[in-house]
Formats: sequence, C-alpha cells, structure tokens
Amino acid sequence: MPTRAPGRPAAPPSAPMRHRRRGVRSPLLHRLDVKGSPYAYIAPFFLLFCAFGLFPLAYTAWVSLHEWTLLSDTQTFIGVGNFSTLFQDEYFWNATFNTLSIGILSTVPQLMLAIWLAHLLNRPLRAQTFLRITLLLPNVTSVVAVVVIFSQLFGRDFGLINWVLSWFGAGSVDWAAGTATSHVAISVMIMWRWTGYNTLIYLAAMQAVPRELYEAATIDGANGFTQLRKITIPMIKPTIVFTVIVSTIGAMQILAEPLLFGATTGSGGMITGGPDRQFQTLALYIYEHGFTNFDFGYASAASWVMFVFVVLVAGINYLFTRRSAGGLR
Amino acid sequence: MGSLRPRFLTSIIATAVLTLGVAACGGDAGNTDGAKTAASGPAEKVKLTIGLFGDFGYKPLYEEYKKTHPNVEVVERVSQFEDHHNNLIKRLATNAGAADIEAIEVGYISTFTATPARFHNLKEFGLEKRQADYLDWKWQQGVSKDGSALLGLGTDVGGLAMCYRKDLFKKAGLPDGRDEVSALWPTWEQYIETGKKFATGGVKGSSFVDSPGEIFRAMVNQAPIGYYDDQDNIIVASNADVKKAWDLSNQLSQNKLTARLAAFSPPWNTGFAKGSFATIICPAWMTGFIQEQAKDATGKWDIAAVPGGAGNSGGSHLTLPKQGKHAKEAAELIAFLTSPENQAKVFKEEGTFPSIPALYDDPEIQSFTKPFFGDAPIGKIYSDAAKALKPQHLGPKEAEVRTAIGNGLGRVEQGKQTPDEAWAQVLTDVGKIK
Repeated sequence: MPTRAPGRPAAPPSAPMRHRRRGVRSPLLHRLDVKGSPYAYIAPFFLLFCAFGLFPLAYTAWVSLHEWTLLSDTQTFIGVGNFSTLFQDEYFWNATFNTLSIGILSTVPQLMLAIWLAHLLNRPLRAQTFLRITLLLPNVTSVVAVVVIFSQLFGRDFGLINWVLSWFGAGSVDWAAGTATSHVAISVMIMWRWTGYNTLIYLAAMQAVPRELYEAATIDGANGFTQLRKITIPMIKPTIVFTVIVSTIGAMQILAEPLLFGATTGSGGMITGGPDRQFQTLALYIYEHGFTNFDFGYASAASWVMFVFVVLVAGINYLFTRRSAGGLR
Repeated sequence: MGSLRPRFLTSIIATAVLTLGVAACGGDAGNTDGAKTAASGPAEKVKLTIGLFGDFGYKPLYEEYKKTHPNVEVVERVSQFEDHHNNLIKRLATNAGAADIEAIEVGYISTFTATPARFHNLKEFGLEKRQADYLDWKWQQGVSKDGSALLGLGTDVGGLAMCYRKDLFKKAGLPDGRDEVSALWPTWEQYIETGKKFATGGVKGSSFVDSPGEIFRAMVNQAPIGYYDDQDNIIVASNADVKKAWDLSNQLSQNKLTARLAAFSPPWNTGFAKGSFATIICPAWMTGFIQEQAKDATGKWDIAAVPGGAGNSGGSHLTLPKQGKHAKEAAELIAFLTSPENQAKVFKEEGTFPSIPALYDDPEIQSFTKPFFGDAPIGKIYSDAAKALKPQHLGPKEAEVRTAIGNGLGRVEQGKQTPDEAWAQVLTDVGKIK
C-alpha cells in the first residue's frame, strides 16, 4: 500500500455558492494531489540525474562519434571510427582482461569472506558495536592512503610481505612487475576496503532471518556450517544479489588502485598500469586516453563500450546468483 | 519464470543508473583567488598564484619581492610533474582554474606554444627586451610556433653531468676522485664497462644506476636531433641516434646494472637515502633533488662529467595564462623571478642552473662549490655544460613518445621482452601517436 496524502476535510454543506463551485473542483485537485505529489517528491532526484547522469551519458555518446581533442577547437565527425579503432586495439582488450581478472580475484573471495564474517558476528557477542565499527573502518580510510600503504607492503626491495616470505625461503617477488602478482596485490587492496562493508550489509540481512529456523535446525542436529548453507544463504539471497551487482559494478570501474599502485611502486608506467600494461584496467585505459593524451573522442568511445560491458557483466551475475543460490521457496 | 523479465529489466536499468559515473568525469573546480582581492586604496592588494612542479626555490624571492611590492602576495601551488602539466592543459581548455603564472617544462613547452591563444603575449608587457639576456635557443623555446608571440621566459637549463656515490665506488674498487671517474667514461660504452666492473666489485644492495629511462633520455638529448624533425614529424623509427640510445640503455638492463627503480617513484626517492644506486644522470636541477632526498649523505655524492658530450635535460619557462585577473602584476613577477641575479640566487640554493649566458663567466658562479657534493665545483661543471649545449628541436607530443619508449625500456628491464620485441612494440605505439 503506497502512502497517501491525507484527504482534505469535506466542505460544509451550508457553504455559499462560491464555495460550492470550489467544492466541485476539489475532487479533481484531490486526485491530482494524490496521484501527482509522489512524482513531484521524487522529481529532484530525476532532474539532477538528467543534468549529471543522463546528459553526460548522451553527450559522451555524441563526443565518441568525433575526432575530438581537448586543445583543438575543431571537431570532425567520424561516425563509428573511434569504435572500430578501439575494437582493433589490443591494449583495450588487455585492459578488459585485466579488469575481469582483478574483478574476479577481488569480488569472489571478498563476498565469501564477508558472509563468513557476518555469520560469525551474527550471534550474541560482547562489544558488538565495537566489532562492527572496526569492520567499517577500512572503508572509511581514503583510497590513496590504502594504496600507498599497501604498495609499501608489496614493495620489492623493502616490503613487509617479501620480508615475511623470505622466512620461508621465497625469493623477493616483484609484485608490480608480474601480471598475476600485480592483480593479486590490487585485489587485496580492494578486499581490504570493501569486505567489512559487505559484512555489515549481510549482518543486517541475517538479523532479519527468523530465529525459529535456526532453533528447529539445531534440534534436527544441523551444525553451524549446514545452517549457514541451508538457512542463512537462501534467506538473505536478495541481499546477496544486491551486493554481487554492486560489487561487480565497482570492480569493473577500478581506477584509483592501479593508477596509484603504478605511481607508488617503482615499476614505471604509471598511466599505462605498468610498462607492459600488466595492470591497466578499463577505467585507467580511458584515463590514459582522455586525461593524459586528451583524445576525448576515443576515450568517450571506450567509456561507452565499458558501460555496455558493465551492464552485461552485472546482468550475467544477476542471473547467475539468482539461479544458483538455491532457495527455500 | 514469467516474472523474470520485468525484474531483470529493472535490474538492468538500476545497473545503468549506477554506472553513469563513468561518463560524468570530474572537472577541476575553478580557482577564484583573484576575485577576492579588495579594490580599496591606491596600492590594490593583489594575490598571485603560481603553479609549479616540485620546489623551484622561489620562496626567499617572494619575501624579497614583498619589500618592493608590499601589496602583492604570492601563493605557490605545487603538484607533481605529470599532474601539473596535464591539469594545466585541462584548465586552459576549460578556461578555468589556471594559476596566474604557470611553469612549463621543456618536454611540454611545444604542446603549449602550438596554441598561443590561451596565453598572454609577454611582448605586451615589454618583456621582449629580455631577449639579449638569454641563451638564444632557450628564448626560442618560449616563442609561439609562428614566431609572433612570446609565451614564456626561461628559468633554468639542465646541462648534463653524472652524479656518483664516492663511497660505493671506493668499496667496488673503482677510483673515486671526480677527475679519475670522469676519465673512466668519455663514452657511454665505457660507462657500461665501468658498470660491469662495479657489479663485480661486490657492493651489496647497490646497483650501478637507478634505471635505464633517464640515461636513455640523456643520450637522446645529446644527439643533434631527437624524436622530432624540424617539421614536427616523429622520426623515432628512422633516427639512428635514438636506436643507438635504445640499444645502449638496454645493455644496462641486460647486464643487470640497474636498480629497477623508475625515476620519481617513492622507492626511487628511498633509493637515494639507502644508496640503492651508485650513479645517476645529473642535470643541474637534479643536484637539489639529491640533496633533498639523501639528507644524511653529505659528502658521499660527487659530480663527474657525463659520458657522450653535452646535452640538455629539462628546464622550464614561466608563462602567463590569459585567465588570470592580474596580468600586469604577474608579468612583473615573472620578470623578477627570471632576472639574471635571481636565477643566480636560485642556482646557489636549489641547483637549477641559469639560462643567462652572461652569468656563466661570472666569477661568483664559476667558483661556486657545494659541501654536500664534497665541494665539487658545480658552478664550473654546469657552466661548461651549459656553454657546450646545442639546442634540439622538441615536438608537441614529446611526453607521449617518452612514455611509449620508457615502457619499452621497462619491459626489457623487467625481463618481459627481448630488446627487439620491445622495440617493435615501441614503434607500433609511437606510430599511433597523432
């Protein structure tokens, strides 16, 4: 039932002519009020959305059809020229691969860890608020700080992680130089920031699951893991679907981590995600072309293709999570 | 599953909404400092912003300027090298946010002299009278392509030398006096041979050189023609000097003489303090940088001659974007900051070497030494380097070409490609630069 505006008091029967005339119009106004007001209330969002969301989106599409650089005053219409160049650019596909790879490496373990942590916290514990705030702290930290610190941890010569690895006889790993190692390093930074956030969302969903289900399961002899698998996960599935979609979108747009990782490790190639473009993501690819080479037409074309990719991947993930998580229904 | 489609559609739309941020790239907020100045009294209070990359050593000069111009307050805006220039391009294009005075490095200057309409012509402020002071090629770099407008006055030139760690050379069993060291490497081939000897000297934790990138840049700068010919065509593929520099730089990597630290990255900065590398190519401005990074290393660094002859690496101009509200005051400040006596002062403080040839024979500059570099006669070293400089034509996309080649050197250094594979990819990348 949607909320309705409270009805107006009816006009008194003894009202004069003038008032009766208004009384005739009043049902119309009333209907308009009831039907129209909700739209008026949400209009500010959509107006802002049109100005800062829809318009840039459409304008980007327009720019993408041009040879358009920042410092030149002439823009030539070249149709789909930018797109055909883009699809032939192996660096673009390399960036697509890196984005998907980092996306999977960061999102899958992150969400699994988040469910597990939420499951552990979803029981009477001392200092609950403290624990929950602690979980959210990494998310509050500035991404720059996180990347700078982690880049030092992953440092080749004086990094803490290589130092620990050396105890086990491992040689020093040049994290930023390798494709796989750099993806792992960047994924760890993303997980550090976002695991706690997802944990809290899961925790909130879990607390809405009826206790009786767990009690019945306990009586039936189901252990904690079975309860998590058979009760908790199916019951919070809508939340899982939500986090999967949001995390997918986030992972597809990773920019700051690879950019700063390239800048703070000595591997070189800051804009290109390493000299071999080993960790250049799609967003960084767009940044390279748009904001260092100032080829706006080309960068806009890449943005649009990336947009389509994000919608596709998020859609696939939606279908996948929706079907595979099993259900109580 | 009848309900799937509408809900799926909704989710697609929701996804679309959430991803819109992609298209809405952020612009830079405008700088409105100029608007705040009050318009009362005869000497109007003026606040001038000056956009720099790194420390130009100007702070004492602002104080001095204030004595004669009490109404002028100067505010520095310092950002990183690449960020500074990229932001400047954005700010000029969007016509908002540029500082009153902007420094531009030579690697980018031709990008800007190709679009002179966005800057004040400094001739309007009578500054063409300064031409006689300057090295001719330095002056010409600040002039627009068609020769009509003067966009910037030069600050410094980056004559080349080679800085080295005396203590590490001694440990490796090499001579450590600056004249003997200079004698070790008249050519780059001999420099590499010295590197091999250094490597066998068994100095733990120290490589011979930081990375091949800056060495490569120096070698190209020593050539008469660089990445561009006079008509602004990129000639990387056909210029034998570039290929030779490429081959020599890669020999450094392949003989494992490099510390694999990209210039200006934080680990590279740490490398100065830790002694991760024993030599580094040293344009005059680098001396100030070393001194800043390796504070505890007084007396350990010294300066020798550069292999392969004279060349220029870096150096800047001060320009006057049209957006500023106080063009006249800013032009006066530019004239002040680039005056011969102030360039001499900045050199003594910060190491950036003047672009004013009259100073090169000035006894005060000639006899200038610095304790940090073991009392090396840096005034004489860089004067000689600057006198021998031959100008090189720079093209509009120097920075992009350098990125493409730098990445190639990095791939060889990290062992991902052979030099030939990397060169082939460099040529493809450079070919795409429009």
